[in-house]
Amino acid sequence: MEQVIGLVTGLLFGFLLQKGEVLRFERQVGFMLLKDMTIIKFMMTAVLVGMVGIYACHTIGLISLSIKATNLAAIAVGGLLFGIGWAIAGYCPGTSVGALAEGRIHALWAILGMLAGAALYAEAYPLMKKTLLTWGNFGAITLPQVLGLSPWVVVVSFILVGLGLFAWFEKKGL
Amino acid sequence: MSFSLFSARWNPYFAGALVGILAVLSVVVTTLIIDKPKYLGASTTFVRASGLAEQLVAPEHVAENAYFQKTKVKIDWQMMFVVGIFGGALLASKLGQSAKFETVPPIWEKRFGRNPTVRAIGAFIGGAILLFGARLASGCPSGHGLSGNMQLAVSGLIALVFFMVSGIFTARLIYGKGGH
Repeated sequence: MEQVIGLVTGLLFGFLLQKGEVLRFERQVGFMLLKDMTIIKFMMTAVLVGMVGIYACHTIGLISLSIKATNLAAIAVGGLLFGIGWAIAGYCPGTSVGALAEGRIHALWAILGMLAGAALYAEAYPLMKKTLLTWGNFGAITLPQVLGLSPWVVVVSFILVGLGLFAWFEKKGL
Repeated sequence: MSFSLFSARWNPYFAGALVGILAVLSVVVTTLIIDKPKYLGASTTFVRASGLAEQLVAPEHVAENAYFQKTKVKIDWQMMFVVGIFGGALLASKLGQSAKFETVPPIWEKRFGRNPTVRAIGAFIGGAILLFGARLASGCPSGHGLSGNMQLAVSGLIALVFFMVSGIFTARLIYGKGGH
């Protein structure tokens, strides 16, 4: 059952990624060169709509959150490495498979590279577990907790900032 | 702007908003049916898939590896989700007639030439670095960027900032200011 739900969710997600044109190398690298904000418009809208839905469902007790730990050193080093690889490959893990499906054959090499990178990380994990993963670990924390604010204040603030950014993107034709 | 299944492109705000709804529905449906909230994510699947591949040649090595033990090498919700991305993108590109055979993307070609082997090597190396980084950071733009940020996780926001700043810096360094 779990696998069937995963497949259907993935089909819908892949469909929307393709229609939004965010699978393309040109869009991904276009953002990194600050010339094309398509992927940011797509992602930020998803996040803003998602946070309203997630916190609404969480407030009424329908769902639980699943917060990843804030281990600063690992996120900083991992995030920097991710960005370097992302700029070279032009794909992220989710978009690579969709890009291959829409004919971008070179995404296959990025996918194979990702599998190699995953295997490498599995070998490096024991070392990371003793070092980077333990440095600056603040556990599973959220912005409302840290700021001491209601989640809704944070949600509304993000929406206002997001709408401001969107207006600016459209004005600048990005 | 057309939102027909047969149009080649949907407005990114519209498609993104639907992804937001899908992400919430995913958590609600998985909570109700399998009693585990499934937030969208993709990079762990690459660990499981590499574990499955390694099992074919060195099963003991996979069984002994601490990370494969922690991640559990199996075909789970997320692996089928990633398989689904392929199917969904294929369907959308066929319906919208927007599939395009591409061996070297234009921005890459402008900087490194039209040799597909050079592009293949670049894509492979980039893929390896980014997935290593994503696992070290415990997530990618799906797990941290989308799911982490819609839950207002501190980790999601910090990870996304690092992804973007590093990507912007690296892209400027390799492709130069021109790009197009």
